Amino acid sequence: MSTDERESLVGSPIERREDMSLLTGSGEYTNDIDRRNLTHAAILRSPHGRARIEDIDTATAEAMDSVHAVYTGQDVADSDIPNNIQTGWKLPELEEPPQRIMATDTVRYQGEPVAVVVGDTPAQAVDAATAIDVTYEQLPAAVGPSEAADDDAPVVHDEVDDNLAFDWEIGDEASTAEAFESAEYTASIDLTQQRIVPSAMEPRASLADYDSATGELTLWLTTQNPHLHRTLLATQTLGIPESKIRVIAPEVGGGFGNKIYHYPDEAIVSWCSMQLDRPVKWQATRSEDNHAACHSRAHETQGEIALAEDGTIVGIRADTYADMGAYLQFFAPAVPTFMYGCLFPGQYGIPNVHCRVRGTFTNTAPVDAYRGAGRPEATFLVERLVDLGAREAGMDPVELRRQNYIQPEEFPFDNGVGLTYDSGDYEHSLDTALEKVDYEELRERQAELREEGRYLGIGIVGYVEACGIGPSRTADELGSTIGLWESSVVRFNSSGTVTAFCGTSGHGQGHETTFAQIVSDELGVDYEDIEIVEGDTDQTPEGRGSYGSRSGPVGGSAVVSSSRKVVEKARQIAAHQLEVTPKDVEFEDGTFSIAGAPSRAVGIQEIAREAYTGFNLPDGMEPGLEATAFYDPENYTYPFGTHVAVVEVDPESGEVDVQRYVAVDDVGTQINPRVVEGQVHGGVAQGIGQALYEGAEYDETGNLRTDSFENYAVPAADQIPTIETDSTVTPCPHNPLGVKGVGEAGAIASPPAVVNAVVDALEPFGVSHIDMPLTPEAVWTAIHESNGGDD
Amino acid sequence: MYPENFDFHRAETVDEALSLLDEHRSRETAVLAGAHGLVPRLKAREETPDVVVDIGRIDALRGIEATESGLRIGALTPYVDVVESDAVWEQATAFAEATKNIGDLQVRNIGTVGGNIAQAHPASDLPAAALAVDASIVVRGPDGEREIAPEAFFSGAFSTTLADDELVTHLDVEAQGEQGVGAYAKRARQSLGYAVVGVAVSLQVEDGVVTSPSVAVNGAVEHPVRLPGVEESLEGADVSASALEAAAARAGEELSENELRDGIDASPAFRRQLLGVYTRHALDAAAERAGFDTATEPAPQ
Repeated sequence: MSTDERESLVGSPIERREDMSLLTGSGEYTNDIDRRNLTHAAILRSPHGRARIEDIDTATAEAMDSVHAVYTGQDVADSDIPNNIQTGWKLPELEEPPQRIMATDTVRYQGEPVAVVVGDTPAQAVDAATAIDVTYEQLPAAVGPSEAADDDAPVVHDEVDDNLAFDWEIGDEASTAEAFESAEYTASIDLTQQRIVPSAMEPRASLADYDSATGELTLWLTTQNPHLHRTLLATQTLGIPESKIRVIAPEVGGGFGNKIYHYPDEAIVSWCSMQLDRPVKWQATRSEDNHAACHSRAHETQGEIALAEDGTIVGIRADTYADMGAYLQFFAPAVPTFMYGCLFPGQYGIPNVHCRVRGTFTNTAPVDAYRGAGRPEATFLVERLVDLGAREAGMDPVELRRQNYIQPEEFPFDNGVGLTYDSGDYEHSLDTALEKVDYEELRERQAELREEGRYLGIGIVGYVEACGIGPSRTADELGSTIGLWESSVVRFNSSGTVTAFCGTSGHGQGHETTFAQIVSDELGVDYEDIEIVEGDTDQTPEGRGSYGSRSGPVGGSAVVSSSRKVVEKARQIAAHQLEVTPKDVEFEDGTFSIAGAPSRAVGIQEIAREAYTGFNLPDGMEPGLEATAFYDPENYTYPFGTHVAVVEVDPESGEVDVQRYVAVDDVGTQINPRVVEGQVHGGVAQGIGQALYEGAEYDETGNLRTDSFENYAVPAADQIPTIETDSTVTPCPHNPLGVKGVGEAGAIASPPAVVNAVVDALEPFGVSHIDMPLTPEAVWTAIHESNGGDD
Repeated sequence: MYPENFDFHRAETVDEALSLLDEHRSRETAVLAGAHGLVPRLKAREETPDVVVDIGRIDALRGIEATESGLRIGALTPYVDVVESDAVWEQATAFAEATKNIGDLQVRNIGTVGGNIAQAHPASDLPAAALAVDASIVVRGPDGEREIAPEAFFSGAFSTTLADDELVTHLDVEAQGEQGVGAYAKRARQSLGYAVVGVAVSLQVEDGVVTSPSVAVNGAVEHPVRLPGVEESLEGADVSASALEAAAARAGEELSENELRDGIDASPAFRRQLLGVYTRHALDAAAERAGFDTATEPAPQ
């Protein structure tokens, strides 16, 4: 599509156009928005992991100045709204107890909403909420995913007496058992992938404005997917017509999955606005989000690998308990099953795979997707197992990987557990990364340093992930209640500029830049003449939103489709004006011309102006120039890559120094390499956070010990090493751009890369595994308790 | 994150502040200096005073002056002024280095020396340094001025022997002199940066021999303490890797497992381990300032 005169913008590392407003603080976030007669809500939350509510005395709070209303869960229950948040992913035989937006008789996690105060100011509302006197009978709590499955564990929901939400498996248990019996080498591991608090820069917020005269509700919300929120508000919580609800996502300060779900909080705020007929705003504090926004990961797993004598991986199996928390949120049952078990074989052709996952209810915050969602857990497990297998077989971990990779000519590749990988060249990625770190030299240096009592470690990880769950038919087969297509409207304005309305909903990804790059190339219109609109159910077509690295491959493809539809209509108008048939009209670089007579030409922006006058259109053609497209992907996309971490461990202090971090990612065609690099950096930083720093902790009563940044460590800039990025490009063969998605790659690869490196460093001590986060104490303790080794 | 309601009074002078404290002595009162310590605790409702007396604008309590025997550091001197003071680095190196380790630039711009000392946060960096450089804590109350030795000042986590009607006005620091060196080394919490353990050392080095060592730690127990075993081991020792290693090995020998703090940041056992490691780091850094490279010598086995 590009010509010598006009360079293609897709592939160009242009600066992000949204950065000026974001970096200078002029972006408007939910909490920045004001409304006439605005009131403020404070939500009183359970201080206990599990308790019976014996009494709620709201008299003092109600009598306080400036308090407009105090409502309890009973008030909501009495209002006859649907009041039941349900998951969007219905696994077979899934147990799904109701989730009320405010508790009535029992609280099931610390932070569950119990009452709400609406006051004139946020501070007054908080004061009044503090004055509500709730009498609880505290009850024993179920904490820990496998402990919750014990016979004598406290029961989270009376109707699920074994706390088991689901018991899911994939693969062939019998053949895998046989493979293990005949294997030359086997290795096993018990590991925990710790609970993470997704920590977007902006905690959640909502502003609801209900107009009783029209029956319309407008909700400004920190969301990654406004349309889904609108649907769920209509059908699961409020029970008002979806057509009467408008959900707007203003600037949203990050999400990482955590802002996908329909939470009780925005339903409570909306319900309050409906009761009071006034706008109501609520801004979560950091601690409130630590308590009551979804957590993630939280697996306990027993994993095993079996190798033949020559190092061929003949089988892997896993038995996982996945913590669901107290309630099932929208994608929760999918994350530890289809997003995890199906990716368990990673980059390897493994003939025998079996994975069983039990999802258990616990008295903790609900657990759902977070950057990577299941794929980091799968990658961590298989990449730890491969390293352990290599150690058991006495092989170099690089060689073991190389030997078992799926080869480029084997794509499309059926991985045996439900996925068909689209394209890949894993060995090329590996070699690119190894060359960048000079692997042989590193191994020599490691040996030298060990002589001096210093412990260098090299961690290598290959990952493959699956983005943009699709086609929608597949999502249905897996239990989804929604299809995972994406939409856009590309519209020429009367004067010839273009506005594209997208069903995705960016919250930091840079869509305003990258989607405009796509439109510019497709239409041959200057980038500056193109605006992107997202995040408003009244403006954009029905969309599914931004998560799962889907905006590029699925949303970007929708933008291509609608752009091409626009071009086809414009071609007809051009043919009419040039007095030829449309098939004789060529389109290049924004100009329609007659094949063989390039001097007879007309620009698409001129055609657009004509389309809106309607003065000179083909007979029967409607005026206007816009098109809507809904793109349903043919398959998932499968980005992949190789990450290498080089660490030095101080055995005295347990401190881990990440000396190098090399990320080689293949995300298919890159729309904007600068944006790709930024996404890799962010993902790697979050993954290193998981590897070294982060970990949510509940005590045995269900009290969250990590309720703020005072005790939950997200890495600061000086705790992240320089990240060296590189890429290979293997285009996606089944979408128009060839893009595969990049949002999650870094977070998927980096936890096992760092852990593999630390464990490699500590091989002389006989350390074979350390559970994340690898805090100095965890590392020191592992060294201290190791019995093997030669030191 | 909104504090509970409180009455707010701003004092323009020390006398005014003392009279406000006296006036409200029947109520729970908190003193606000630079704000970085108190305000987060108010917002988290970890402290819920009835009255806040703001002394932060009493200019007379701000500044670093030379005295006959050393330095006088005003209670309201912000950390950044200490970090940028050549005099403090020369005369009380451990104190300067500890101050440099507090928070980040924004915290160091707003937090004050006196506020830090009076708050007595168990994991802050200045208390150990105050012990190591033997900073005399000068306070004023209704009966006038008195000096409190640092070891007599800190009595527990967020607890001191300062009376409710007294204010810290300044610290008097004895100059370490030509042969004095000092250092502060800490293992920071991975979250906020407070000390898991932070070790301050101040000592004299004459002809390669250590005299008058003063070694203190914060973060290890509820309030800063000296490490007498380390000091005893150092007194008269050569500045050598083996001597420093031997001294560091005695770090915490006086502290029982029950005394060592047990928190989400570290268990008592690991805190004891780090106490040794960071005592060694601090001693190596001090030795380096005296012209000895003890850190890169092979560890004695």
